[in-house]
Amino acid sequence: MKMVTVAGPPSSGKTSVILRLAAGMEEKLGVVKFDCLTSFDRQRYAEAGVPVQIGFSGKFCPDHFFVNNVEGGLHWGRRQGLDILVTESAGLCNRCSPHITGVLGVCVIDCLSGVHTPRKIGPMLKLADVVAVTKGDVVSQAEREVFAFNIRQVNGKARIIFINGITGQGAFLLGKKILAAEDTDALTDRRLRFTTPAAACSYCTGEIRIGKNYQMGMMRKMEYGE
Amino acid sequence: MSDYRSSIAAWPLRRLTAAWPLVDDFLLNLNLPALDGRKTLAAALGDVSGERLEEFGLRAEDLPEQLALFLEAMTRETAETRAVERLTLLAGRDKSGQPEAVGLDIRAGEVVSIVGPTGSGKSRLLADIECLAQADTPTGRQVLINGAAVGEDERFRLEGKIVAQLSQNMNFVMDLTVAEFLEMHARSRAIPFTAGAWPGRAGGGVLELCFVCANALAGEKFQPDTKVTQLSGGQSRALMIADTAYMSRSPIVLIDEIENAGVNRREAVALLTRQEKIVLISTHDPLLALSADKRVVIRNGGVAQVLETTAAEKESLKALEELDQTLQTARDRLRSGGRLTPDLL
Repeated sequence: MKMVTVAGPPSSGKTSVILRLAAGMEEKLGVVKFDCLTSFDRQRYAEAGVPVQIGFSGKFCPDHFFVNNVEGGLHWGRRQGLDILVTESAGLCNRCSPHITGVLGVCVIDCLSGVHTPRKIGPMLKLADVVAVTKGDVVSQAEREVFAFNIRQVNGKARIIFINGITGQGAFLLGKKILAAEDTDALTDRRLRFTTPAAACSYCTGEIRIGKNYQMGMMRKMEYGE
Repeated sequence: MSDYRSSIAAWPLRRLTAAWPLVDDFLLNLNLPALDGRKTLAAALGDVSGERLEEFGLRAEDLPEQLALFLEAMTRETAETRAVERLTLLAGRDKSGQPEAVGLDIRAGEVVSIVGPTGSGKSRLLADIECLAQADTPTGRQVLINGAAVGEDERFRLEGKIVAQLSQNMNFVMDLTVAEFLEMHARSRAIPFTAGAWPGRAGGGVLELCFVCANALAGEKFQPDTKVTQLSGGQSRALMIADTAYMSRSPIVLIDEIENAGVNRREAVALLTRQEKIVLISTHDPLLALSADKRVVIRNGGVAQVLETTAAEKESLKALEELDQTLQTARDRLRSGGRLTPDLL
């Protein structure tokens, strides 16, 4: 089974890219979607006949939640007899990097989010193998070129593919890239490409009051100017 | 290419940025405090706390390599823009699976219009060209560049670079002035220009050229300090076309429906072909359709005919232009508060 991790900021078009990908392939593709609070995508996937599992991280760090559950996702994919398993997760703090060494990592970002966005997204973009750029059909050619340039600065190795989430233009090339990837049969002992955000403080355990007296554990204080 | 690595290791930062201005841009990107230009990158990074780097997923020891990769990628991408003298489309199938009537052969500097009812498959044809189809898309068409098939690897490398696209739906989203916008594009393309020279004084090189040319195409004039987001539809289109002609490296330009308003379409297309671009225009506009060297008729997802523009059609074009001019006169007159009388038409 091929496995792909798809990450990207909220509303960047991850689900559309995956649906377009599924529509253009003969292989059986299934999705494990990692979300935080709610998701309306179950129906979108179901309508397209794409098997899907959705997990909500709720109060847990989405990245930690991902690592704790991704292996189960792989087992599910095998039980389903998938040819391609896609994990989809929103990079909420822009630092997340659900990419796994040896597993094709895709980062989805959209042109409308501003030309400097590639600079603001951390390891999720920097460590991706493929960068799928969406919504390029509504900005100028020049802005697309500047956008690609800014991606290049952060990630010199990735293949940049412009994908139209509405017509599916470009999804075809992403599919080719996935089919050329190595099979992933197990995840135990594999490594994440980057550490997940650290958090072990009173707020992690449900504290909601503000003030020095309530702040314990790993904390970081900002240094304000005069 | 390996000499990036040795230079990055040996040269002080100051010398690196002088040799490759892109280095400056790269460092700016990392959100680091100002680095000491007299030191090598590795030494200068020694002054930055490891914790600060780690926050951004960086490790000081990786950065010189990352910079080398970036410079290599930029060099490669510039070199990869191969000249396209000839674009060939081998016939595939229409929506019913029937073989297409004909293929297509276009040379640099030629204009081809694509006509057919909405939903007939014009966009599909443009998409096949954009992804350099190799008989592996639903239409089964194959694209040849300079007479040769495009290998898998090359296709990935060229993707997004060989074809520039322009459509009525495209807008500017950057919060920049026209001058800043042009400068940003030139920088990303590593096109040399003197920073800060234009628009203050002349000698703006390619920036000024784009600006002047865009203004010539646009019905209404705009200034270098106009925000790109405030440009009218026509002005935006004019700027996009001038920018594509002079600054985009893509040898093929796909135009999807540029409307009538506020931009001299025929001059725009002529500008692109003067830059030896291959221009394909999907259009419902008779003026544009006939001003092409040939037109492709799409029916049921397939190419039904390729028609050379005949002498009679060129003759008809003149009449159409007069009609267009009449409309233009009426439009201008009404816009400026004038009255219209039948004898003016």
